[in-house]
Amino acid sequence: MDGLIPNESELTAGVTIEPGRSYGFFTDTTLCIGCKACEVACKEWNALPADDLRLKGTSYDNTGRLSANTWRHVAFVEKIGMDGQRVTEMPPFQSHWLMMSDVCKHCHNAPCLEACPTGAIFRTEFDTVVVQQDICNGCGYCVPSCPFGVVDLSPDDGKAHKCTLCYDRLKGGLEPACAKSCPTDSIRFGEVPTLVEMAKERVADLHRRGAEDAYLYGAPGSPGATGDLGHLNAFFLLTDRPETYGFPTAPTRASNRVEPALAAGFATMAGLALAAVALFAADRR
Amino acid sequence: MPQWDLANADCILVMGSNMAENHPIAFRFALQAKEKGATLIHADPRFTRTSALADVYAPVRAGTDIAFLGGIIHHILEHDLWFKDYASAYTNIATIISENFEDASRNDGKFSGWSETKKSYTYESWQYEGEFVPASLAEHFVNTTESFSDCTKRLQKGPTPKDETLQHPNCVYQILKRHFAAYTPEMVERVTGCLKETFVKVADALARASGPEKTGTICYAVGWTHHSTGVQMIRAAAIIQLLLGNVGRPGGGILALRGHSSIQGSTDIPTLYNLLPGYLPQPHALKPHGSLQEYIDHETTPTGWWHNFPKYIVSLLRAWYGENGRKENGWGFEWLPRIMGDHSQQPMTLAIKDGLIKGLFLLGQNPAVGGSNSTLVQRALANLDWMVVTDFTETESASFWYKGHPVRDGELAPKDIKTEVCLLPTALAGEKAGTFTNTHRLIQWHDKVVEAPGDGRSDLWFIYHLGRRLKELYRTSADPKDQPIRYLTWDYPTTGEREEPDAEAVLKEINGYTWAENKEGREQIPDFKHLKDDGSTACGCWIYTGVFPSAGNNHARSRKADGPDGPGTHLGWGFAWPSNRRTLVNRASADPSGKPWSERKTLVWWNPDKGEWEGFDKVDFSTSKAPDYCPDWSKEPSGMDALSGTDPFIMIADGRGALFVPSGIKDGPLPTHYEPVESPVKNPFYGQQHNPTAKVWDRPDNPIHEAADPRYPHVLTTYRLTEHHSGGTPTRAVASTAELQPEGFCEIPPELAAELGIGTLDWVVLSTPRGAVETRALVTERLRPFQLDGQRVYQIGMPWHFGWNGFATGDIANVLTAIVGDPNTGMHENKALTCALRKGRLDRPGQGG
Repeated sequence: MDGLIPNESELTAGVTIEPGRSYGFFTDTTLCIGCKACEVACKEWNALPADDLRLKGTSYDNTGRLSANTWRHVAFVEKIGMDGQRVTEMPPFQSHWLMMSDVCKHCHNAPCLEACPTGAIFRTEFDTVVVQQDICNGCGYCVPSCPFGVVDLSPDDGKAHKCTLCYDRLKGGLEPACAKSCPTDSIRFGEVPTLVEMAKERVADLHRRGAEDAYLYGAPGSPGATGDLGHLNAFFLLTDRPETYGFPTAPTRASNRVEPALAAGFATMAGLALAAVALFAADRR
Repeated sequence: MPQWDLANADCILVMGSNMAENHPIAFRFALQAKEKGATLIHADPRFTRTSALADVYAPVRAGTDIAFLGGIIHHILEHDLWFKDYASAYTNIATIISENFEDASRNDGKFSGWSETKKSYTYESWQYEGEFVPASLAEHFVNTTESFSDCTKRLQKGPTPKDETLQHPNCVYQILKRHFAAYTPEMVERVTGCLKETFVKVADALARASGPEKTGTICYAVGWTHHSTGVQMIRAAAIIQLLLGNVGRPGGGILALRGHSSIQGSTDIPTLYNLLPGYLPQPHALKPHGSLQEYIDHETTPTGWWHNFPKYIVSLLRAWYGENGRKENGWGFEWLPRIMGDHSQQPMTLAIKDGLIKGLFLLGQNPAVGGSNSTLVQRALANLDWMVVTDFTETESASFWYKGHPVRDGELAPKDIKTEVCLLPTALAGEKAGTFTNTHRLIQWHDKVVEAPGDGRSDLWFIYHLGRRLKELYRTSADPKDQPIRYLTWDYPTTGEREEPDAEAVLKEINGYTWAENKEGREQIPDFKHLKDDGSTACGCWIYTGVFPSAGNNHARSRKADGPDGPGTHLGWGFAWPSNRRTLVNRASADPSGKPWSERKTLVWWNPDKGEWEGFDKVDFSTSKAPDYCPDWSKEPSGMDALSGTDPFIMIADGRGALFVPSGIKDGPLPTHYEPVESPVKNPFYGQQHNPTAKVWDRPDNPIHEAADPRYPHVLTTYRLTEHHSGGTPTRAVASTAELQPEGFCEIPPELAAELGIGTLDWVVLSTPRGAVETRALVTERLRPFQLDGQRVYQIGMPWHFGWNGFATGDIANVLTAIVGDPNTGMHENKALTCALRKGRLDRPGQGG
């Protein structure tokens, strides 16, 4: 182990990181054991402060949501007694206590980036979406534009913050901290096309083994990759409906709603104008 | 077995362990086995993150594991599902036991040999017919009417008495059948609460993963050890694995998941009071251990590998006392401290409370949180003259004198506590060099990365400089009782301004070297085969020999993993004791003739052309002993010569896996279901309610209640969450882990919550005869009620690693637990007790009622 390791990600993830390619996460919930190592690794690497030290009472989830200071969040959904009696036999891999490590999706058509008036949010050379706090003016337009509730304004500096897919680590040839710390490889880092292939095989394999509910969310052509988002660079393998995990069933791009909203606005204005004209006309009578 | 060998298993039973939460890295290999088609089973009182990944979840009432495992043994024998070629050849299944043996099933729960006055057993009636078999580990000595050497010598006269047809009424097979006859699926359901259909699925899945082509693994952790019957739970698992042929084979075995990162290391080079390094017995004042010769006479087994015992003890004494040891003074044997009885943590805590012990060092330990009966512990700490705590942050034990319960409750004021408390800052793993020895006996070196901040020092620094100063203090003393300190070798080189001792020098001593007065003349020893009992070798721990086999060659530092093409034993990754063997008893991976049982499960084999054993692993056997070797009994063979070519269990005196254990286990030769010391029900199996040999200290400051006490109707189990480490000291003090589980709570099944009107996040009070705590409720279907003989019993769970310090706080669950112990280990019973539950809060000063 003497000498410099040129690209550590080759050793740990089998991935060479080069600008110009597209990188992301494949989070396979069926392998997730809810250990939250991803949350800790993320906070440690990115030097993020603790958010809240109160017991939430929502199963083992005391994080609650993604925020300016929390860029990985493991959701816990208990379904042990879902059929009226407690389960003893289960399909292979994770079931009946769902655990899912949520993260910024790094959308192919990123609504936050589109909403940003200052250019603070940009697409990197690794096809990821990153906020530059030194440019961000804290307008917050990105916050409602995100269909997944990822981007958040920090109460400390008033600027937008979110997962960078460890932009600094990628530049140094290191895989992102969360993927590196995941003990069961539930979080996989890699080139998106490779991950998509891997994920499709995994779904087919799970179906063969009897986990028939497994499907992809956010991969090209799958639920989650809707509303003109293209696809999500961070996509998921789920076994229950998206809403169960807190995901929108059919997320959409905010800009897609601009035209109809604008048209509706114009139509309303036109209608009001017509009504006013009609009223004025009536007055004059 | 190596954790990574789990990936080769066809069935994995995780029981007494919440593996995914507490051993997430090892659990990675359980998932790899699943990828290859293995069945993963979790049997546990709670549906945990491990259960969520399992194929079958079997709910069992806490403390009833022997009933469940005994049921599996019954199922295997009843349906003739055992691996006959394996068990007949490699276990004592055919061995005939003394006609004086009486089984617990015929005696209302007690075996023959019971003494009501001594509350203990003698082992005579448990012996092989006409022979005397000493225990295989550490405490070889047994009290007999004959001399030890006379009675054990009979092992050298001929093979142990056997009936290969298994018809003899006192052969182990027949005894097993009778002993477990009552452990039917119906009885399993009555006692454990696990529906018999679920139980049978588990038993079948395990039995199916058996035979030449398949293997299964059982993984356990402190969910088994923390009981008054903990050792016997593990024994029951051993019986299952021996019957199914799952010992010494790839993907087969029992994986003892240790509780902390180097707990295995602290057993090997022990922090345990009754062991010397390498599982040598600590001399005992009340045993025939007066001189080295006497000690050796009474602790050396005539047959098997332990016959080499004198070499290991003499080499250890040479390492410790150097040139001060001579043949005439027994190499310094007289300087070893003698034990008098049970000096384990629980009786020691009581001795502190009773004023017998005046001073205490706590290195990385926090008994105010982790010790049973925390209130008693805190009162005991207040009774000390002095206490030194070394940790990286202030622990509850270090702050008991101004934040503890006796102070909080107005019982004691800080000014009235005379204990002088010193809190010294320590270095964490990355701030010091050293080794970890993990679950599978794998020793891995780690380098120092950064200097500890402030005055932080390593434990090695602390112990070394304490010893150095003590030696200086006693340097000129003429008092004989000071000799153990004066004559101790204590000359580790130090580096840097802080005079940090060189950890590699310690590892080199542990490995062993050829003795020479002049240090330059010493050479590292490559293997413990070279150790001698004549003072010519020095060795700090014989089983570690080979970890530093030559100068500059620290094997524990090696990190060469096998590639994807195998063989997957990773012999170049770290060093596994003994002699880098990865799977113990691996001779059993081959059939009696020396061929692997199947191609799929190949590990080692006999090469008749070369006349030696070879394989993917280092063979755990005499490398040149042919499978057809038979001892020549006319010569009264000793040591390994007395074991045949088909006796793979070389550490056991007769070389056979012990389905039936003739000596060494204090609560019986076979596992028997007893209720926990505090239980909501009567023992349905026997009149004997709880383990008759259990250590129970029933006294006013540690009251225990009778079985089925209506005041304490609910089962209580305590455990750790994945988000916190050990007693929570390192993780509660760090914001990014504290926020993940920021506050104490208890888990309650919805049925009980509804009865008491409790909702999630409501305050509740749990109480036992020892005390009461208040905490938040987490109502969850992951806990379920049990129907036991028509009686509905609820279980409550409470994590035990919260306290008053750090960012994540909560009441200490161990206020509820009792000082009660397993007879063999002294381990407490904090996994199964009973409690009362109500909604509301405790009336404490400064908070609402």
